[in-house]
Amino acid sequence: MSTTDGVLVRVKEVDKVFRRGSEEIHVLTGLNLEVKAGEFLALMGPSGSGKSTLLNLIGGLDRATRGTVEIGGDRVDQMSDHALSGWRARHIGLVFQFYNLLPVLTAERNVELPLLLTHLSKAERRKHVEVALGMVGLSHRTRHYPRQMSGGEQQRVGIARAIVTDPTILLCDEPTGDLDRKSGDEILALLQALSRDHGKTIVMVTHDPHASARASRTVYLNKGQLFSENPG
Amino acid sequence: MISIANWFSQVASITLVNLRTVTERKGSALTAAVGIAGVVLVLIGVLSIAEGFRHAMRATGADDVALVLRTGADTEMTSGLQREETRVIADAPGLARDDNGALASPELFVIINLPKRSTGTDANVPMRGVGPSARAVRANVKLEQGRWFEPGRNEVVVGAGAARAFAGTDVGHTIKLGTHEWLVVGVFSAGGGAAESEIWTDAAVLQPAYHRGDTYQSVLARLSSTGSFQAFKDALTSNPRLSVKVLRQSEFFAEQSTFLTNFIRGIGFFIAFMMALGAFFAALNTMYGAVAARVREIATLRALGFGTFAVIVSVLLESLVVAIIGGASGAVIAYLAFNGYQATTMNWQTFSQVAFAFRVTPSLMIQAIVWASIIGLLGGLFPAIHAARTPIATALRET
Ligand SMILES: Nc1ncnc2c1ncn2[C@@H]1O[C@H](COP(=O)(O)OP(=O)(O)OP(=O)(O)O)[C@@H](O)[C@H]1O
Ligand SMILES: [Mg+2]
Repeated sequence: MSTTDGVLVRVKEVDKVFRRGSEEIHVLTGLNLEVKAGEFLALMGPSGSGKSTLLNLIGGLDRATRGTVEIGGDRVDQMSDHALSGWRARHIGLVFQFYNLLPVLTAERNVELPLLLTHLSKAERRKHVEVALGMVGLSHRTRHYPRQMSGGEQQRVGIARAIVTDPTILLCDEPTGDLDRKSGDEILALLQALSRDHGKTIVMVTHDPHASARASRTVYLNKGQLFSENPG
Repeated sequence: MISIANWFSQVASITLVNLRTVTERKGSALTAAVGIAGVVLVLIGVLSIAEGFRHAMRATGADDVALVLRTGADTEMTSGLQREETRVIADAPGLARDDNGALASPELFVIINLPKRSTGTDANVPMRGVGPSARAVRANVKLEQGRWFEPGRNEVVVGAGAARAFAGTDVGHTIKLGTHEWLVVGVFSAGGGAAESEIWTDAAVLQPAYHRGDTYQSVLARLSSTGSFQAFKDALTSNPRLSVKVLRQSEFFAEQSTFLTNFIRGIGFFIAFMMALGAFFAALNTMYGAVAARVREIATLRALGFGTFAVIVSVLLESLVVAIIGGASGAVIAYLAFNGYQATTMNWQTFSQVAFAFRVTPSLMIQAIVWASIIGLLGGLFPAIHAARTPIATALRET
């Protein structure tokens, strides 16, 4: 992934308009954002301000109404749906608030899912899964199903699934939103370690100032724009 | 780029995930499977009647007996042959012979009215004028009562089926038809075949009684062997003095039953179609349920990079599996319930004693399972497209 001047994510003049019947909802208006490779960025803002929407645009899960989204030199806004799903598989790691694990699959099977989209052999996949589960400290729970695990453990499986393909960027939408303080702290420590020790680029949406304190930088979304200080 | 093998592993893994969640939707999956099993059961049930009937009709005729009609005629009724032609036919190669020559019976056929024993109302009865070798040609004809008619006399023998069904046909009675009187001198059986519902007399006597001059309608001939049919047929069809068509008797009867078997089939398909509609909606409902219950799961997989097509195919496959399980169970139940089931009370006018058994053939079962699969695929198609077309971001918001 090529990065000129170390900027990995470049969002320029982006508008996002949702249509609900005849009503237009302007969620993002002329938004600009740059994220440097290796940065751990926290994205804060009131509920409904468009944090998830922005994250979806970066992750190629949704399309901007106007403006450009460039990740490591790739123009995400110009890719076809088909190209985009392949691109996501290679470059994006997603962590969801409610983990989004498949309940019928064990932890290791859940983590293996993104690897099914690669050329890796079965043995190689197993190796990667082992490493990823080891990194989140769940080597002993590989055969457990999501329902047999606590929320914190499920989220760690979620993170293992996100990092198993060694993606370019990790996008986390309120990863601690459903967890108690202690489990939440463990998840944050894990993300911080991934950033610090493995150089992962992370964008994390959060409501929690305690969480954003772990990040290397925090930006605030309000009324469709980004601010580097909390506008209050 | 994602290779073919990789694509298959995508489809396989999502399908496996889908199928594992089927147990969470036992109720609706079962409804769909049972609905499809019902369609298959009815379809096979009715078609096995048609199949069995056709088979029985075929068995009524013999493979080593040939029927000769005029070209273009589908029944004896619409056929006509001159005496001279019947002689040429009898001289053709490939026929069995006895002391009196070739076993070929020139015949004609009129429809008379007789009162039924049960209701007293008149009904049609076929009356056949036969040649001297008529009995030798038909292996299964046997005298049951009285004697055979004397050539040249106004005497008849009555088929056992006709004797049971019609009044005034007992031995010793006379049947009055117009200005002629016919003495009943005997009753014959024909192994349960169609001839049992006929009344027979000497062709030479029937011709003048019905102003038929010197004409016949058909020649029924015994072949020297099953294999000599082709030689016999070729000899007749290549003879410029004749314009005839030659069939095996078995074929002729099978053809005669075509209308009826098609009619039964038609009813079967109609009923099955109505039920199929129901099963289709059950399958549709199941798969919409399956997809709706897993909007977020499917969206997650797509977010991870699984392709739209893989999602569609996996939903279709799940639906197909449910349908095939339902269809196969229906087919097995149909086989156990219907195959060999004896229907003996059928009393068709001309085929009065045709007993037959329902026949659930392998091809019938395969046909039914194919229909089940079609229902399953159609039932899964719309939910699959729905699942694949919902925007990921929207689907992820749903909880
Ligand atoms: N697919 C959509 N269709 C219509 N409106 C949408 C859609 N997605 C988001 N919105 C609207 O856009 C606005 C921003 O939504 P978004 O989910 O990005 O907010 P958020 O900042 O993540 O909020 P929260 O903190 O509650 O998660 C909301 O008003 C929401 O209703
Ligand atoms: Mg959100």
